[in-house]
Amino acid sequence: MEKFYTLFFVAGIGCFVVAIVLSMVFPFMTLNDYQGMGYQTLEDLAAVPSDEFVELSTTFPEAFAEHYGEVSPTSYAEALRLGRDLYVGQACWHCHSQYVRVVSNEEQRFGPVSTAQEYQNALNKPHLWGTRRVGPDLSREHGKRTNDWHIAHLINPKNVVPGTVMPSYSFYFEEDGTPKKKGFALVTYLQWLGTTAVEDPQ
Amino acid sequence: MNATAKNEPLVDYGLIKWHLGAAGVALAISMIAGFEYSLQFLGFFPHAGSEIASPGHFRLIHTNFAAYGWLVNGFTAMLYYVVPRLTGFQVWSKKIGWLIFGAWQFILVAALTGYLFDKAQAIEWGETPTGFRPGSFDLNWIPVDALIVVGAVLLISQFMVPLFKARHQKYYVTLWYLTAGLVWLALTYLMGNIVPEWVLPGASGAAVTGLFIHDLVGLYVTPMGWGLMYFFVPLILQKPIWSHSLSVIGFWALAFFYPLGGVHHFLISPIPDYVEFGAITTTIAIEVVVTTVVVNFFMTLRGKWGALRTNMSIRWFYAGAMMYMLTCFQCAFQVTWMFQKIIHFTDWVVGHAHMIMFGTFTFWMIGVIDWLWPRIVRREWYSNGLRSWHFWLSTAGIVIMFTDLTISGLIAGFMQRELNTWTEIVQASVPFWWVRTVSGGMLLTGLFCGLYNMLMTARKGAPYVEANHLVAVEAE
Repeated sequence: MEKFYTLFFVAGIGCFVVAIVLSMVFPFMTLNDYQGMGYQTLEDLAAVPSDEFVELSTTFPEAFAEHYGEVSPTSYAEALRLGRDLYVGQACWHCHSQYVRVVSNEEQRFGPVSTAQEYQNALNKPHLWGTRRVGPDLSREHGKRTNDWHIAHLINPKNVVPGTVMPSYSFYFEEDGTPKKKGFALVTYLQWLGTTAVEDPQ
Repeated sequence: MNATAKNEPLVDYGLIKWHLGAAGVALAISMIAGFEYSLQFLGFFPHAGSEIASPGHFRLIHTNFAAYGWLVNGFTAMLYYVVPRLTGFQVWSKKIGWLIFGAWQFILVAALTGYLFDKAQAIEWGETPTGFRPGSFDLNWIPVDALIVVGAVLLISQFMVPLFKARHQKYYVTLWYLTAGLVWLALTYLMGNIVPEWVLPGASGAAVTGLFIHDLVGLYVTPMGWGLMYFFVPLILQKPIWSHSLSVIGFWALAFFYPLGGVHHFLISPIPDYVEFGAITTTIAIEVVVTTVVVNFFMTLRGKWGALRTNMSIRWFYAGAMMYMLTCFQCAFQVTWMFQKIIHFTDWVVGHAHMIMFGTFTFWMIGVIDWLWPRIVRREWYSNGLRSWHFWLSTAGIVIMFTDLTISGLIAGFMQRELNTWTEIVQASVPFWWVRTVSGGMLLTGLFCGLYNMLMTARKGAPYVEANHLVAVEAE
């Protein structure tokens, strides 16, 4: 019991493998059996550019053309990917969660309860569920607010939501509010959140 | 045996000194970043509006430097001291030791710069940059994750060599924890940084990241911490640990139950319910483990209670052990769905995390440093007053912070359920965030007392008197 090999193989490797089977392999096998768990690549997600993305291109035609060219699945995919990278890099996900629970009246506050199906895609690899809500959950953000609201809010949150403690992200925008490349990306990503939500097929 | 044959010292004090120094600097960076981050919640974040030095980046620096800078450097220093003494063999190689030291500090700097330029990875406690553009193999930064794997493998080999050489001996309990903990560190890091990033998306990946957050604390920090306690407490008290049976139960129950609880970081989520129930049950079982170990330590102290007054290290250790008991007791409740629905996503969890990472493991490491430092620099402590200030500011600070955040979490949690507007919830939390910042300032002040004292001891402390340190605690 108190020898090297027991500790190395039984405690060290053995116990860890048991945990891997129970906390990684089993949930994976169960989830894999659900209906509608097909994996969506970034190309699948970006096949049809969102209305909000199109609207950004018409509201700021020059800046949009400069950074993204035309509205296309390729440019939409580029904006989504960059937007997610900023969301991760600026640690947005440490203050905004991305899953709605079935408890605490979250369904009334945020929208439909999260299902496993909606996270089977390239922009949730790794997932961004988060563990803290200083700000509200964002997984049902799609279509809740306009592009203008998001731009104004990111430039100075306090102008839109008095009493908020969110930092300003004005460096993603020009003086007159025209988004820079990163500004377009972030707004596009925020407007995308929740578009993969499905009715629970169970 | 080998050591004396080659006429080389068993333990290399240079490596210990430098690792401890790096640990101290990392702790200072982490705590300053955390303090600044807390100012954002009050509207006083300095350099607001900077894309590079933004509050989010400071949050990443705060948590990652606490884990990879402070704890890893500190534990490594202590392993250099403990492992050769308990096995009777030197570590693998002094040169490799310096290579690991240099590489590890390079990793920390590369990670820090990476965070400032948005290169963080989307894995909590594992934000160290992958170095790859997501979803591809194009390099866009130094691949810190891969370097950490190399560094960790070297680090583990460094200590596995003496541990393996001593394989015919019966191990002392400290070595059980250290051997298993080093294996777990490698497996945990590989699993947590590779599987969710490259293999499993969404909910299946979430089960793994939950396990990673949990295992990093439970299978690296906890075994190292307890291993050191089992070494230093009997050494300083000059008496054996109270019960061998309890330490056997404590170790094997930790090894078996602890890794099963990972999913409890994402309860009431799309992860299947039966996995959550398993995690909840084993988490409550861990409370039993904790009780056996803590009872063992307090019974060891029986008859030597005076050491709490006369010995600074013992004071740090047992204050930490009490907070450990409290945190784990809290854990057995907060892991249930009944508590989760209110307190998850709130300040409660932040309070819990600070209590365990600072109140327990940082306390223990400071206790060990308090004992080691005069022996390493061969000088007496520069100021006993500063040692005392460090302890009391840290203790008062962490107790205030924990109480404050727990209450704040409950209030915010119930307000969320009652559908108060989000602004109302934030505004209700602001007074608590003020208290949090003040208590953080106390911790920071205590830290500066400690660091200044360490520095001055090394430079101006009175010459080391061996006799003062032979018997650490006066006879009753």
